[in-house]
Amino acid sequence: MASQGIEVRNLYKIFGPRGKDYVEAVRGGMSKTELNEKHGHVLGLNDINISMPAGQIQVVMGLSGSGKSTLIRHINRLIEPTSGEVLYEDTDVCKMSDSELLEFRRNKTAMVFQKFALLPHRTVLKNTTYGLELQGVAEAEATERAKRWIDRVGLDGFEDHYPNQLSGGMQQRVGLARALTNDADILLMDEAFSALDPLIRTDMQAVLLDIQQELQKTVVFITHDLDEALRLGDRIAILRDGAVIQQGTGQEIVLNPADEYISDFVKEVNRGRVIKVDTIMKPEKVIADAVTIPSGSMLEEAAKKLTNASAMSANVVDSSNAVIGTITIHDTIEAMVTPATH
Amino acid sequence: MGILTEFPEMGRADLRDFKKGIDETFRLFTREYGESIENFFYPLLKFLGWFERLIVATPWPLMILILSGLVWAGSRSWGLVFGTIFTLLVVGYLGMWEDTMFTLALISVATMLCIIIGIPLGILMSKSDRTQSVITPILDIMQTIPSFVYLIPILMLLGIGKVPGLIAVCIYAIPPVVRLTNLGIRLVDKDVLEAADAFGASPRQKLWTVQMPLALPNIFAGVNQTIMMALAMVVVAALIGVHGLGQEVLKAVNNQYLALGMMNGLAIVAIAIVFDRVSQKFGKRLQKHSEVIHG
Repeated sequence: MASQGIEVRNLYKIFGPRGKDYVEAVRGGMSKTELNEKHGHVLGLNDINISMPAGQIQVVMGLSGSGKSTLIRHINRLIEPTSGEVLYEDTDVCKMSDSELLEFRRNKTAMVFQKFALLPHRTVLKNTTYGLELQGVAEAEATERAKRWIDRVGLDGFEDHYPNQLSGGMQQRVGLARALTNDADILLMDEAFSALDPLIRTDMQAVLLDIQQELQKTVVFITHDLDEALRLGDRIAILRDGAVIQQGTGQEIVLNPADEYISDFVKEVNRGRVIKVDTIMKPEKVIADAVTIPSGSMLEEAAKKLTNASAMSANVVDSSNAVIGTITIHDTIEAMVTPATH
Repeated sequence: MGILTEFPEMGRADLRDFKKGIDETFRLFTREYGESIENFFYPLLKFLGWFERLIVATPWPLMILILSGLVWAGSRSWGLVFGTIFTLLVVGYLGMWEDTMFTLALISVATMLCIIIGIPLGILMSKSDRTQSVITPILDIMQTIPSFVYLIPILMLLGIGKVPGLIAVCIYAIPPVVRLTNLGIRLVDKDVLEAADAFGASPRQKLWTVQMPLALPNIFAGVNQTIMMALAMVVVAALIGVHGLGQEVLKAVNNQYLALGMMNGLAIVAIAIVFDRVSQKFGKRLQKHSEVIHG
């Protein structure tokens, strides 16, 4: 069965003993600071509306304190919302009974944590089968299914090790294998790679993208790193002070940052790896004997092809090899350099 | 001026009536319920009696074999096994075999009882702060009140015998296992608990797959303390009629027999050391997973 999307609608979270009483005030425009100073409550999430696409990676990005970890915990209701809806397959997760919620968590979601959160007293194999054990799957079957994912994340031969005997990167591979073995539609990743060394992080991102291409799960990925967001996210939502300040594809955000805060962020981005040739191509006539670049390529690849061929322009072709436009090296380089206005 | 130098006491007659009132009430309670309470504890008496007879009747070579087997199972240490055998041989050679067996039986049964009652109590305590705030002061009282004080009501209710001795030992020895079970469960890493929640663990599954296994080293430290405290009560238990090394110590105190007192006292110490080392080694083995090989 194909994965379904997740709809987050009008979601509010106010931390404090009487959070519900302040939802109206926040809706009416009370700021986070005012709520905190005058009423001693903390605004965690403020009117979140996100349509997380089915079978794709939705990244939620924000700095610490922006509410991103709070948001992801609402999807499997590790945190109770103050008001609002989280819809999956037309069911509101926020209204589920305890037993429905347990079933939902067991069968529909799996989660990967920033600090790995492995069970220290269980071996790699036993950690990986944990979700299936909770579901009541027979041990032989659980072991078989777990082995497959242990191999897939590159931990073959480490089945009988304890988490403490593994490096951080390997521990998070166990975390990923544990989540994947559950075979849930929704994969929740809470800053899953943030605690890893840069090289290992890139490595793990590649593993995730590779697996995602095959599985097409609905992934919700939390990060504070824009490069990671752009690399992984089919769609990105940027959070600040508990509110979404911009959402869209990586390219949309890089090309049209909604405000100064975001443009500050995207200034440092390698645009050649985010912007697609389709964005800058001109629907001009086919250039005879020119280099061809597939539609959807990033500018960096295009520039490489152009320079390798010592060409000044190239044809952009779609999947059936029909020319849909052309680009020039001039436009490519111009688009890759951060415009002075930002 | 008199009020400053002399404390304004309750009237002498009132005080006497006050104490008398409490005593009378308890005596009435004893008369009313003493028998049913005794009946309630009867299975315990039978079990303890059976266990004592079993241990004492077992031929000594077999007993040494069984005990060293248990020590090996718990500690996996040959040093401890040989130490135990040597200790038992010396104790037996010095004529304290039977008394040692009686004491061993009492400590074993008391520890079992403390574990059976104490661990569930500790789990209950860890589940709610309110339960914790009720039980903690009770445990404080049990550990600090002089044991002779609670011997009085126990004696009034159950008279002299093995069961009251056992109860007195348990009152003193149970707090550590309760406290450390509670503490161990509360100390379990919140991140790991959240992961269990995220994968859909029910409260019961969380208890058995995460909380208890991770609290086990602490619980075991509690059991170890409980055993040590039970051993400390052996002489007090002897006061109300429990057989064993404690009674010999009492006899020695009453008659000023230095050697008898020392020998039996040291036998208690020897048992304590064996119990302590074995349970500590066992506790360490439970934490095998936390050894770092590389990382």
